[in-house]
Amino acid sequence: MSANTTSAHSFATDAEIEKAARAEAAGAVPVAATDPEVLLAVENVSLSFGGVKALADVSFDIRKGEIRAIIGPNGAGKTSMLNCINGFYHPTEGRITFKGETRRKMRPYEAAAGGIARTFQNVALFKGMSTLDNIMAGRSLKMKRGFFWQILGFGPAVAEEVEHRRFVEDIIDFLQIQAIRKTPVGKLPYGLQKRVELGRALAMEPELLLLDEPMAGMNLEEKEDMSRFILDVNQHFGTTIALIEHDMGVVMDLSDRVVVLEYGRKIADGTPSVVKSDQKVIDAYLGVPH
Amino acid sequence: MIYRESGQYKTSYSADMAVFPLRQDRIGIFVIIALAYSMAFFGSNFMLQAVLIPFLIFSLAAMGLNLMVGYAGLLSLGTGAFMGVGAYACYKLMTIFPGVNVIVWILASGFFSAAIGVFFGLPSLRIKGFYLAVATLAAQFFLQWSFNRIPWLYNYNVSGAIEAPLRTLFGVPIVGPTATPEVRYVIVLTLVIFLTWIASNIVHGRVGRQWMAIRDMDIAAELMGIKLLQTKLLAFAVSSYYCGVAGAMMVFLWYGGAEYNVFNINQSFLILFMVIIGGLGSLIGSFLGAGLIFMLPIAMGIVLPAIFGPLGIRVGAETIEHLRFMILGALIIFFLIVEPHGLARLWQIAKQKLRVWPFPY
Amino acid sequence: MNALYQIFIEPFIFMGEAPDLLIQTIWEGFVSGILYALIALGFVLIFKASGVFNFAQGIMVVFAALTLVGFYSMGIPAIISLILAIGVMFLLAVTVERVVLRPLVNQPDIILFMATFGITYFLIGLGEFIFGGEPKVMITSQLYLPEGRTNFDILGGFVTIQHIDVAAAVIAIIMIAVLGIFFSKTRIGRALRAVADSHKAALSVGISLNQIWVIVWFAAGIVALVTGIMWGARSDVSFALQIIALKALPVLILGGFTSIPGAIVGGLIIGIGEKIGEFYWGPLLGGGIETWLAYVIALIFLMFRPQGLFGEKIIERV
Repeated sequence: MSANTTSAHSFATDAEIEKAARAEAAGAVPVAATDPEVLLAVENVSLSFGGVKALADVSFDIRKGEIRAIIGPNGAGKTSMLNCINGFYHPTEGRITFKGETRRKMRPYEAAAGGIARTFQNVALFKGMSTLDNIMAGRSLKMKRGFFWQILGFGPAVAEEVEHRRFVEDIIDFLQIQAIRKTPVGKLPYGLQKRVELGRALAMEPELLLLDEPMAGMNLEEKEDMSRFILDVNQHFGTTIALIEHDMGVVMDLSDRVVVLEYGRKIADGTPSVVKSDQKVIDAYLGVPH
Repeated sequence: MIYRESGQYKTSYSADMAVFPLRQDRIGIFVIIALAYSMAFFGSNFMLQAVLIPFLIFSLAAMGLNLMVGYAGLLSLGTGAFMGVGAYACYKLMTIFPGVNVIVWILASGFFSAAIGVFFGLPSLRIKGFYLAVATLAAQFFLQWSFNRIPWLYNYNVSGAIEAPLRTLFGVPIVGPTATPEVRYVIVLTLVIFLTWIASNIVHGRVGRQWMAIRDMDIAAELMGIKLLQTKLLAFAVSSYYCGVAGAMMVFLWYGGAEYNVFNINQSFLILFMVIIGGLGSLIGSFLGAGLIFMLPIAMGIVLPAIFGPLGIRVGAETIEHLRFMILGALIIFFLIVEPHGLARLWQIAKQKLRVWPFPY
Repeated sequence: MNALYQIFIEPFIFMGEAPDLLIQTIWEGFVSGILYALIALGFVLIFKASGVFNFAQGIMVVFAALTLVGFYSMGIPAIISLILAIGVMFLLAVTVERVVLRPLVNQPDIILFMATFGITYFLIGLGEFIFGGEPKVMITSQLYLPEGRTNFDILGGFVTIQHIDVAAAVIAIIMIAVLGIFFSKTRIGRALRAVADSHKAALSVGISLNQIWVIVWFAAGIVALVTGIMWGARSDVSFALQIIALKALPVLILGGFTSIPGAIVGGLIIGIGEKIGEFYWGPLLGGGIETWLAYVIALIFLMFRPQGLFGEKIIERV
């Protein structure tokens, strides 16, 4: 067992240890995953596409309420990792445990319904719709009124729309994108698109927010804004965040713990200061062959 | 000057979300509807029978197809066949239960179309985009074949055709040989207005948003918790419903009868062109596209002989038909180059210009 | 129970009882399959080089054939008519490139696909306008195509092979082989494949997109002409042919949109499958199932292999 699981032990109560021991005896889930402090546990996950091994035996966990950075040189498998957590890719080996439940194959719908939201490297917004509509689309899971009420122009469906509109407006205020509410997102500059995408993810009221390079292509002011938003989301809403990022300054300032991947393998795992001085990590980024 | 929004403040979200937020738009719609109904009194029989009634019916079919292709991004080449399902369903319902009001059956026949639409939409679970069009092609050819090969559908009629029997509403004939164009027009108009209202409610709400999400990026939509299969099947269902009702109206409130050839692949293409030219993802575009494509041969039938007649060149009906194809083809290419979002976008731009008139921007 | 027997047993017994009929049916299917493959080939050419699904391929077949017959009926000798028809197809390629493709160069594929709808309708109208709508007879002997038939007494019955069918098959196979070599071995062929992969990259190595498109539409036009001649020789040249061209779609689905051998395999599967299905199972359903059988076959294939037989497995990247 790796270092982080021993520290997880000290938070578990007796009852939980007993329960985990029984589970382990049954050959099910090892302790770390059932630790109530751990929101997501990735265990021995491997992912292959035909001959290409994107991930090889990666294990780490994400604790509730923390900001976890996933870093590594290009092609390390970071986005593939997020895709596995999302249920978009299915690992060829290993398993992922979320909120105590273990799944090998999770459908994206189940991930979303379970409280996982994400943003994408290449901004996957709905280009034909406005900012408001995009973020409202994020409320889809919470909208319950059936088709019958949708047909009528009045009644419960409209009331539901208004109620969700209120929530979405709060997000719009929070992200300061009021001015571009009705603009088709295809027309927005890149930095604003990323902000709208964050808004859409927030609309899902997620417990775990996966951000894939949220700062890519931004200038200094935009990065500062985005960092502030991420910190606010984490501190005010208590959202756990997993973050892929290349800007080391951002990683060091924002994250509680860091996982470093290279060529699909985990090469370091710990607090930012520990990881920063790890020789393996430095070698990986400098391209030293090994 | 006239088309201004200053002074119209929205004080609630529901006001902001309204379909016609501007007062001028609301007045405009009211005027258009009033004008439309008045045509029942002022329009000539020719105008009603040959122009307005089919225009409305095809607008409805185009709207149905637009819901699927324009909003949900699912290409369908089976519109003609789905219209046929509605028509034949209506025929059977009318002849099996002659006592029930025929309008009820016209609206009900759409549900049969919807069911068949859902069935042929099931492949969308595995197949995407362009390949899905093949499923609709299979539907088109299979259904058209079955209209011919299942004699029960046309009540074992020797001619293989279905005919509109006499049906009345409050004593007035509305279906059948004695139904006058005025009466049929009013019924068609009312039904189309009603169904358009419903379509508008659907696309402006959660369902419309989910369709557009699937259209724009279905992966992201799925990762936001939108269930792909259900949403796609709903698009198939609603779209086929509208096409089915349009088909029933076409046979029983316009033609007076039909045989299986009417619901062929050319019909499917024609309606697809209406959607493309009118504007994908726009309800008003469905009307504009249907109007343009429908008015075209009629306008040509009047204009061309007027130009060439005095020159001694006879412009026959077949020539007009050939020219219609050529102009249609050229129009499609023209629109795709100049304004891929169709007439609806041109209309929006016109309104935009009107808002700031007399200033240029 | 009886129905199960009728569907799953009886047709095979029938096949065994009259093997000569089976051979005949397979042969007919083979020939129409080769011709489907030819139509599909035209699609593949254009799709490979420009990513455009040329819906107008079907009407190009009809239009090419009509042009040939039209020239001949004006009194021009057959071979000259053929050369003139080729010239017309070249003109068509140039016009399409200039008027349709160039203005739409960066638009999404769906827009270009719909533009080919426009081309289709335009050519239908133009063709009917110039040549009239009645079916025409294709000139065969004037083009040195064989006529007549041969009967083979085999397997207790006899099988009839039309000579024109043999010629059609042979010519089609030669055409496919020539195109295959053209694509893989020549400089222009390589350029075509480069353009198919990436417009930008091809431009950056100095390949002229416009030239390539003219070439490829011209090639598709020649394929259309050959298809039109062959198909017209077996049954008259009429605008109904354009709908038959829609059958190329199931062929392409089976064979993949970019594979030349795939077009052949797909064509044969559809052609033979259709004929056998119609002959042995058709009567159970009242006949006429040829109109939809091809699409249903393609649909069933798609359910199991959404990328077709030869297509690449689509891996979505986010």
